[in-house]
Amino acid sequence: MSFLAAYSDQPLAHPTPEPSAAERLWLALVALGLLALGVAALAPAGLRDTAFWLGLGLLSAGALGWSWRKFGGSRGVRHNFLWSRASTSRGAVAWAAGVALTGFYVVLYWWPAYLENLIRPLDGLSQLLRGRAADQWFLYGSFYTLAVLLMGGRALLKYRHSPYQRVRTASVMFFQLGLAWLLPGVLLALQQPEFYFTYFWPLKYDYLFPGGVQSLLQNGHLGAFMVGWGIIMSFVATPVLTYFFGKRWYCSWVCGCGGLAETAGDPYRHLSDKRREAWRYEVSIVYTVLGFIVVTTALLWLNAARGGALLGRFSDEFAQTYGFFIGSIFAGVVGVGFYPILGSRVWCRYGCPMAAYLGLLQKHFSRFRITTNGGQCISCGNCSNVCEMGIDVKQYAQRGEPIIRAACVGCGLCSTACPRGVLNLENGPREGRYQPSQLIHADSLRILS
Amino acid sequence: MHLVIIGNGIAGVTCAQTLRRLRPEARITLVSAESAHHFSRPALMYLYMGHLRWPDVKPFEDWYWPENRLELVHDQATGLDVAGKRVLLARHPPLAYDALLLATGARTRYYDWPGQHLQGVQGLVTKADVERMSQATQGVRQAVVVGGGLIGVELAEMLRARRLEVTMLVRDQHYWGSVLPPEEAALVDEQLRRHGVRVRYATELAEVLGDAAGRVRAVRTAADEELPCQWLGVATGVVPNLDLTAGTAIETDRGILVDELLQTSVPGIYAAGDCAQRRNPPPGEAAIEPLWYTGRMQGETVAHTIGGQPTPYRRGPWFNSAKFFDLEYQTYGQVPAGPVEGQSSFWWQHPSAPLGLRLHYRTGGEQALLGLNALGLRLRHEVCDAWLRAGAPLRTVLEQLGAANFDPEFFPQHEASIVAAYSRQHPDEPPLTLRRRKGLLARMLS
Repeated sequence: MSFLAAYSDQPLAHPTPEPSAAERLWLALVALGLLALGVAALAPAGLRDTAFWLGLGLLSAGALGWSWRKFGGSRGVRHNFLWSRASTSRGAVAWAAGVALTGFYVVLYWWPAYLENLIRPLDGLSQLLRGRAADQWFLYGSFYTLAVLLMGGRALLKYRHSPYQRVRTASVMFFQLGLAWLLPGVLLALQQPEFYFTYFWPLKYDYLFPGGVQSLLQNGHLGAFMVGWGIIMSFVATPVLTYFFGKRWYCSWVCGCGGLAETAGDPYRHLSDKRREAWRYEVSIVYTVLGFIVVTTALLWLNAARGGALLGRFSDEFAQTYGFFIGSIFAGVVGVGFYPILGSRVWCRYGCPMAAYLGLLQKHFSRFRITTNGGQCISCGNCSNVCEMGIDVKQYAQRGEPIIRAACVGCGLCSTACPRGVLNLENGPREGRYQPSQLIHADSLRILS
Repeated sequence: MHLVIIGNGIAGVTCAQTLRRLRPEARITLVSAESAHHFSRPALMYLYMGHLRWPDVKPFEDWYWPENRLELVHDQATGLDVAGKRVLLARHPPLAYDALLLATGARTRYYDWPGQHLQGVQGLVTKADVERMSQATQGVRQAVVVGGGLIGVELAEMLRARRLEVTMLVRDQHYWGSVLPPEEAALVDEQLRRHGVRVRYATELAEVLGDAAGRVRAVRTAADEELPCQWLGVATGVVPNLDLTAGTAIETDRGILVDELLQTSVPGIYAAGDCAQRRNPPPGEAAIEPLWYTGRMQGETVAHTIGGQPTPYRRGPWFNSAKFFDLEYQTYGQVPAGPVEGQSSFWWQHPSAPLGLRLHYRTGGEQALLGLNALGLRLRHEVCDAWLRAGAPLRTVLEQLGAANFDPEFFPQHEASIVAAYSRQHPDEPPLTLRRRKGLLARMLS
């Protein structure tokens, strides 16, 4: 199994220092919180709500307190023992976390009945926000948002020496809480469609499928606005914003999947596969998904124009099949469940059609690039290590070349982690965008084919 | 043509890559005892601290070498047969060459301290060094680092990551006294303090004391003070590796002597990188430049000469960078550690944050820029290089300072306060106007 080869090289053998007593105290709160949630999931109704809210409280306090202990000291990049701690280097803790996360997704998608005890305590909140009882998707959305907020707090502390990271982290927290949790809930309460203004075709493909458009249009002016919003965001705003800022305006500033990756996934960003082989898989899979969505959308509209003569009920079946394989298994189970093993951007890198679309725009029609600062690179590899998209950033930096890659989501961590100030995210003029530095004579050897 | 390169560090590897580009048909062999593949020497510290793994510090994946027909021999070169044009190897048959590049690097410099051969005393230059250090510092509570330069701080940071008590012995009155002016050194000192490193300035190592098992147990300073430690890091510089040239016709001094084409005294044999010593370096340049960047440039230059395009080594304006714990450092051109006749310095420092900028210039006339030091600020290499090559007047540099700003987006900009500070210090000069500001917003508003 050649893909395991990259995982076999361990860091220098040494015992990882034990967490301090204070750190352990906060981590104990997290553990107690998880335990209480476990009790809530199985407890009789009387105990259920208390255990649930106590669990969330302990979990939140523990996570924030631990982040403050760990990163609240002096400011700077803190990556000590990243590759030797079991939790962040595919050790037993990481596998346990991966199994637990994956298990949660499996139960959520296929056996939601078992989550009943976790859903019911949210009824009150759901009534307040959405004017209806909670269901498993409200539970999921709430947990998701909580994860983005708590781990966003951690990211804000960890990267507080970088204004770019502060602003960007605040942005993903805002969009998740405001536009992906509160607003869709409020829309539901107002008897309007549960519309997510931050997801667009081709990621939210059904927003521009004939069926999706028709059902939105049944909701009067607001529905028409939503359809218009979807069309404009996909075909006007996306190219324009990507032209000026690169795909980062969406992937690492707005998108909820990206938001979770940048916050909850931050401890695992270095686990992405940097090898050329992985890049080949990425290119062959992600553009296939995009092509599939584009062709399907076109066929469905053709079908609709012909009054269903072409495909019949294919539309429904497609939505189910694609939703199952891509939406559930790829984006959820593998994409998030495998965070602690494969890194935080597996879905974004290999599966997301929106990322593929934005990537094509970024590569060919954008002012964005990551500039390499002259000849200052020392090939240390910190930039490649922190790249969640698996880009081997140093291949470009050590040759003095700007980094222009379809995959780059512009999280800026390569620039933050670089010990020599070599990398900078810039939106410059397109002239000379690929021009390497004159201060290092990049050899023309084939490094990346 | 067969080029054999002894050493797979940055100088040797850059030469191999450049020659492959210039002479696609050439046979190129790299010999190294240290590691099977090229790695980033400045990244060794990150292995120790667990930031990175061994594959992460290899600048190229392993397929790179066969795909580009660069042959690798993982073996010790034990001798040179200069007359027969052969390299003798420990475990392989001799290797015949048409051209030979010695890129053997450098090793830790020891000053013949009594007890320096005790267990637990070492430097940090090679892959083996960091592996040894990783083993030897397990279970150690106290460490001493001798030497106040770049490797000294690196060692301190590494040891502090593993929570050892660290004391640094620095010979000069302040950190890196031979290179940094006092203001810059004070900012580094603040980092050392903040990260729990005890620094003894104006302190020299006199003797290393051992226990019955032959392990270091303490050091004695020149002031006769005894500091207990179970590990001693030696960071007092490096010396060229000359083992291979001993007893051959290749002339050496401190390093392997080379002319400006990086040729040794024996035709067909060249030297580059940390092991090379230039016979006649231009004024202001060191004969031996033990640095990643210069190793790369020398490797590239010598490849042209070997490939039939004789090219003298002209490295252009000096540059270097480092990181002292959380404090980034960049330098361009010449900034002396102390006052020099006919030269002046302007130093700006942020009132609270660890940020500083020094502009060093020629006194009088156009006040041509000679060098820059930046701490906690990132400067654009191309812009600084162009200023230095052109001898840009100080006032122009100040007014255009925004063009050199390489800080990431949303970082506070300090050009205005830097220019204001200069004007306050020079009230008799006409007022300065900032003409270039960094950033998209600034461009849109201007």
